[in-house]
Amino acid sequence: MGEVIVVTSGKGGVGKTTTTANVGTGLAKLDKKVVLIDMDIGLRNLDVVMGLENRIVYNLVDVIEQKCKINQAFIKVKGYSNFYLLPCAQTRDKTSVSPEQMKTLTDTLKKEFDYVILDCPAGIEQGFRNAIAGADRALIVTTPEVSAVRDADRIIGLLDANEVKQYDLIVNRLRMDMVKRGEMMSAEDVLEVLSINLIGIVPDDENIVVSTNTGTPLVGSDSLAGKAFMNICHRVIGEEVPFLDLNKKGGFFSKIFGKK
Amino acid sequence: MGFFNRNNKQKKSGFDAKSRLKLVLYSEHQGLPPETIEQIKTDIISVISKYVDVDIENFDIKISPDGKLAGSNGPALQANIPIREKKIKRI
Repeated sequence: MGEVIVVTSGKGGVGKTTTTANVGTGLAKLDKKVVLIDMDIGLRNLDVVMGLENRIVYNLVDVIEQKCKINQAFIKVKGYSNFYLLPCAQTRDKTSVSPEQMKTLTDTLKKEFDYVILDCPAGIEQGFRNAIAGADRALIVTTPEVSAVRDADRIIGLLDANEVKQYDLIVNRLRMDMVKRGEMMSAEDVLEVLSINLIGIVPDDENIVVSTNTGTPLVGSDSLAGKAFMNICHRVIGEEVPFLDLNKKGGFFSKIFGKK
Repeated sequence: MGFFNRNNKQKKSGFDAKSRLKLVLYSEHQGLPPETIEQIKTDIISVISKYVDVDIENFDIKISPDGKLAGSNGPALQANIPIREKKIKRI
């Protein structure tokens, strides 16, 4: 039996879709059977971040409405034997799907896959409720900003209330140069405020923009963000991996972070 | 001097972020958002004003995680209610 993981944050624009794409791709690189589900009905983006936007035939709402079989809606990711995207509908809205229907779907999928990863929409309304309905665990993405951390705290409360018992924090877009100047909260600061388990720290890295431009997740590449995402994947499957030392690479860092 | 102060303040914005977050999350966790505190404040003023003349401008109520001053091991609601002495009712 596989695991259903929801990637969520409350606040928009903190990197849920990028995280979903990279963690999913990383787990596939670790030879896991993975399916990604875009839950942001009406504002789909996981397809473009994965570089699969031209191959969509059916979508999640078609599956729920039984207009096609699940397998027909899957888009196979090239280069992997067991890695798929289930895209969502772009011309419908969040009410096209119910939490009960999503739970039934993810319960079915986790019999076939090691990991079912859901890209949750921003907000705490129906889209969120759909995304967490069948989730076994959550990856909560935040950035070191007051608005994102406050929303992450609210999400933690809602996950608790909805019996999603396991959740881990990803601090995304950390800028060590700013942390050193005291102008950004450190990952430790964020942890102190939220007091939950940390599963990854992803530095702000312009390579993320480049990878999104081309639709190829950078997980596993030599970039700092690529390494950070791969480490998260190892931790997701239960391995202990030390956190990247973001302080010691002064020269490299100034190259990445020096530009404003 | 002003320049130095401003510079100093900027350097602490990360610290400001953390302490502001802690306070706002604390009041949310206690189920006492600012709206509720404000309502409590209004209610207290209306009750106490029946007996004394409350200095509303300087009235301050806040929730504090550390209630030691109030004799609590946990959190406490702290209210400072200045009154205008000359108008205290004599019985």
